[in-house]
Amino acid sequence: MPKKRVAIVGTGQTYHKSHRPDVNGQELINEAVQRALKDADLTIKDIDAVVIGNMDHFEGINYVDCWSVDGSGGTMKPVIKLTTGGTTGSTLAIGGYHLVASGFFEKVLVIGWEKNSESDTTGAITTAFDPVWDRLVFAGAISGLAAEAQAYMAKYGATEKDAARVSVRDRKHACNNPHAQLRREITIEDVLASPMLADPIHLLDVCPRTDGACAVIMASEDCAGKVTSTPDWIWTTANRHKYTYLGDVNWGELDSIAEASREIYAKAGIREPRKEIDVIELYQPYSFAGIIWIEDLGIVEKGKGAEYIWSGATDMGGELPINPSGGVIACNPIGATGLIRCAEAALQVMGKAEARQVPDVNFAISTGFGGCMWSDMLLHGKRKPDF
Amino acid sequence: MAAKENLIVESKGSGQPFNYAVGMHGSRFFKELRENRKLLGIKCPKCGKVYVPPRRVCGECFAEMTVFVEVGPKGVIGTFTILRYAFIDPETGEQKPVPYGYGFIRFDGADTLFQHYISIEDESKIKIGARVEPVFSEERKGNVKDILYFKVIDGE
Repeated sequence: MPKKRVAIVGTGQTYHKSHRPDVNGQELINEAVQRALKDADLTIKDIDAVVIGNMDHFEGINYVDCWSVDGSGGTMKPVIKLTTGGTTGSTLAIGGYHLVASGFFEKVLVIGWEKNSESDTTGAITTAFDPVWDRLVFAGAISGLAAEAQAYMAKYGATEKDAARVSVRDRKHACNNPHAQLRREITIEDVLASPMLADPIHLLDVCPRTDGACAVIMASEDCAGKVTSTPDWIWTTANRHKYTYLGDVNWGELDSIAEASREIYAKAGIREPRKEIDVIELYQPYSFAGIIWIEDLGIVEKGKGAEYIWSGATDMGGELPINPSGGVIACNPIGATGLIRCAEAALQVMGKAEARQVPDVNFAISTGFGGCMWSDMLLHGKRKPDF
Repeated sequence: MAAKENLIVESKGSGQPFNYAVGMHGSRFFKELRENRKLLGIKCPKCGKVYVPPRRVCGECFAEMTVFVEVGPKGVIGTFTILRYAFIDPETGEQKPVPYGYGFIRFDGADTLFQHYISIEDESKIKIGARVEPVFSEERKGNVKDILYFKVIDGE
């Protein structure tokens, strides 16, 4: 159990774009940090420790904890780097939570960032997999996701059109988010007519590559109320890994998110997630996941994901809006992506999400997804947790 | 020179500064593949799951595995994709041979899937559950390329 309860008291994001040649990595980081400090009305002197991360094999800079201090504000402060692939951003959030919950640090600055424009994303992702058994045929994140989609479609009969509906939703939501990279609506026809990358995944089914950074300030219960009148309380977190080689994966079902969510529901006493959770920021790197993973999350029964998506229940104004920010399909600075989910969930709970605000959010979930197929999850709440 | 011949991956004429061990279990798999065109899995004494490639520990049971079992060489497509976008293979610095079939093969007698190329000569035959068999390389060196690719078997 945590020694101290923990709240998010401020967030900051850059305006994410496909290419930011106007800033180097440290300067990009600094933009997000300055915005988070301003949001919380704090200065860097108030920060006790920094947790920073990216997917370091993208930029090929492997001492980011030290290299980034000009931008992060970490000069002569405790700094640790966390990097866990696609889940880096959500792992940063979980790591920051642990540091504050432990009672060792009162205010922690959590930073995720990526300059995907500076290298070859698919090549770099391939180096995250086993050199002997995985890499001969592995082709970056999309190949694994395609294998998942094929397995799911064979089992439950979902179609490419069903998946396209998810892309249409997220891209529409993104128009409400000034920080999203892709802010133009698309149609189902656009998705189906876009180039096939890896069957059944079309170009408009998947996330882009983005330059961007996100910073989140976490504070212990001893001071959170003094920093903000609307803290976002982190109720609990969970994380799961399952396989060594990609051939070991139970394709078509995301076991890691299923187990992580059950841990979170049990800890928080959530019996009916569909009714008790008000909004989800899902790390959903491609459209089919918007169908498959809501089943694994226990939002709907197996095989019912597509029907739920078509009903509009996950659109803004629906029963359970998913990705009001536009999600990963609209914006994907990979090391920041999971932390953006966390920050966006925090904005929803704090009532600061502006045009993308879901009304009356008591519980929000943010998730992280890695490579294929590991998961992180956080539960955010308006009320201070009672444990 | 002997070491160079054992390189798993060649980058044109250049070697790469990596020298990965495959362990005793992986070595036995590659030796059987090279010398006898046989495929080996390994069975967990607790859950009974047969893993390919063989490895020392069943992660789920955290139990040491010692019982090798022959699997395949035929199997079924567990899942797959057809890669159509061009990208540079970081292992070789060369473009991957797109389009290509990326198969997850469940060998007869195995529980996990083995990743390899699938021939996409006739794309309509590439389906989950389709029967496949490996096409072996004539010159085998004891690595994953000793199988050239898998092909769908007609009439099975």
